[in-house]
Amino acid sequence: MTETTSLHHTLPALDFLQGLQPVAHHHPWPRFRLDQAAWRDMREALARGTLSLLGLWADREEIHAAVLDHQSALLILSVVVEAGGFPSLSTQVPQAMRLERTIHDLFGHHPQAIPDERPWLDHGRWGVAQPLAEGRRVPVAPVEYPFLPVEGESLHQIPVGPVHAGIIEPGHFRFTASGETVVRLEERLGYLHRGIEQRLEGCDLLQGARLCGRISGDSTVAYALAFARAAEAATQTVPSPRSQALRGIMAEMERLANHFGDIGAICNDAAFAMLQAHFSMLREQILQIAEHCFGHRLLMDRIIPGGVTCGLTPEGSRRLSNWLKTVPNTLSKLVEVYDETPSLRDRMRNTGVLSSELARRFAAGGFVGRASARTFDARRNLPYPPYDRLDFQVPLLDSGDVNARVWIRIEEIRQSIPMLRRLLTMVEEGPLTTPLLAGGGEVREGCAVVESFRGDILLWLRLDSQNRILRCHARDPSWFQWPLLEAVVYGNIVADFPLCNKSFNCSYAGHDL
Amino acid sequence: MRTLFFDAFLHSPVTLAPPEPDPAALAEVERALAVRPRHLSGQSLAIRQVDAGSCNGCELEIHALNNPYYNIERFGMHFVASPRHADLLLVTGSVTHNMRTALERTFAATPAPKWVVAVGDCACQGCLFRENYACAGPVDRVVPVDLTIPGCPPSPTQLLSGLLALQQALNSNV
Repeated sequence: MTETTSLHHTLPALDFLQGLQPVAHHHPWPRFRLDQAAWRDMREALARGTLSLLGLWADREEIHAAVLDHQSALLILSVVVEAGGFPSLSTQVPQAMRLERTIHDLFGHHPQAIPDERPWLDHGRWGVAQPLAEGRRVPVAPVEYPFLPVEGESLHQIPVGPVHAGIIEPGHFRFTASGETVVRLEERLGYLHRGIEQRLEGCDLLQGARLCGRISGDSTVAYALAFARAAEAATQTVPSPRSQALRGIMAEMERLANHFGDIGAICNDAAFAMLQAHFSMLREQILQIAEHCFGHRLLMDRIIPGGVTCGLTPEGSRRLSNWLKTVPNTLSKLVEVYDETPSLRDRMRNTGVLSSELARRFAAGGFVGRASARTFDARRNLPYPPYDRLDFQVPLLDSGDVNARVWIRIEEIRQSIPMLRRLLTMVEEGPLTTPLLAGGGEVREGCAVVESFRGDILLWLRLDSQNRILRCHARDPSWFQWPLLEAVVYGNIVADFPLCNKSFNCSYAGHDL
Repeated sequence: MRTLFFDAFLHSPVTLAPPEPDPAALAEVERALAVRPRHLSGQSLAIRQVDAGSCNGCELEIHALNNPYYNIERFGMHFVASPRHADLLLVTGSVTHNMRTALERTFAATPAPKWVVAVGDCACQGCLFRENYACAGPVDRVVPVDLTIPGCPPSPTQLLSGLLALQQALNSNV
């Protein structure tokens, strides 16, 4: 049985794949080139919910979609740009909208019949149009950005940002409120667009790993891992078990640090600073241990294609295992305070409710999806080392409120602690890196999906035969979470927005690229 | 909750001893003050942080200054919500063109006398995020910088060491 027919076997709903052969040298999941009719069929399947959209990006010639079937099989489907355009998905698949607007901003490919023609990342300040295509020079002229109209009596608008009140990334929120109740929130992002995808073009793999590790600093391990895995897929390289275990340790430490930080910050926004003080201490402890273990608090530049740059120091290993003994007890005391404080309960429950239907349609990853009954975790659904050798649960709730998003984090911390203990025993002898083979003259493509603390990151890579980057695209989990934040705020009071926002904790830098 | 309070009696404070003010930073601030003389009355510094194009790594470490280990408020430094309340802008990132106007306006909204500290390799030199169609480059291309605290990201201890040097230089310059 060939790869293609076995695929048809697992994906009976996808009639439009009949007779197609996968594109050569694309790993680990197959890529198919569709004609426009089949692309529209794919859109139907996405609209029906038979498939979920995990990513949508372009290069100079093609549009690529990553689609997931029954949360178990991933496919990359491409369509050639014809006459400067392609059939828009967002007419039926609204989660594609911002991605299509971005494709238009960066490449100029026109999503035909897209309901929202406004630019997204391009604020008119670059001095070039379509920087990833021919990059035509244009005068700098800030875009007039009309916010969606709101009609009704006694409405007022509250503009917030791009510079926010706290130590946070920049973005603009436009609230329309009736009294204290928010009737519409519209986000405008793109302030942190650094042109990363253009910077990646022509880089070697080590430069690529450094850049990808800075797409979103809080997920530097997850991004470096996604980049490394995509490069390893493209070059068909298998890193050593030792480096896989070390990567797992780094990834789980990053998850813990972020979850601790998030829970504390959410409580602080409900005027409960005492829990923030405690959780920020836990966060600080894991960062200090990370420095002892691997020499960097946030673990930047520790994962590279082919392996890792350093082993685990004995001192770090000892500190980590000692800390893992004490932290469950500390955590349970803090969780007790969280759960039994009436003022917190009052603010957290039934606030910012995300329906499971929206979470499913937008393929919301991470705690946002899992607090609203979407059971997807790349570590389990698209398993990769070292998670394919670990036992763990994926916590799931269905109330979809701020409280549920906090509880998913708490439960994930509780899963990561034994995982880390187990991973420490899996660090065996072996090389830290495995060399990546150059190609035999052909272009190779690789894709990776990695579960960051925030949700699944999708990274797609095209390499030339010398392992230089021709095209690299990274889709942050926030792409499918930001639009849902607009939905959950509806009907809440303005003062609850910070809670909703922190409980989502979407990335600005990861989204803006 | 009771056991948490009880624990507080059993453990000593976690707060770390302050680092020495960074001598290089001290010299850098003094050079800046020679060019643009300004006087700070008192010790306290109100800080407004501006992310002008960072990956968020610097923000995480700046945040850590508020945790009980570094406890920046013990030095009279605290973070404020508005540039109008600030003495000092702590700017991160290689300034993106999309953030340039916001940074200029934030600087303009900060009352004089004011100081600008560029935090992180991107803000200091651009480094990985050198000038391209989307980025204008390091912070001093857009607003005058008095002190650079490099690092990717700088640790909270490095941040404190730089800020303490700034505070010391301002006070010895009275």
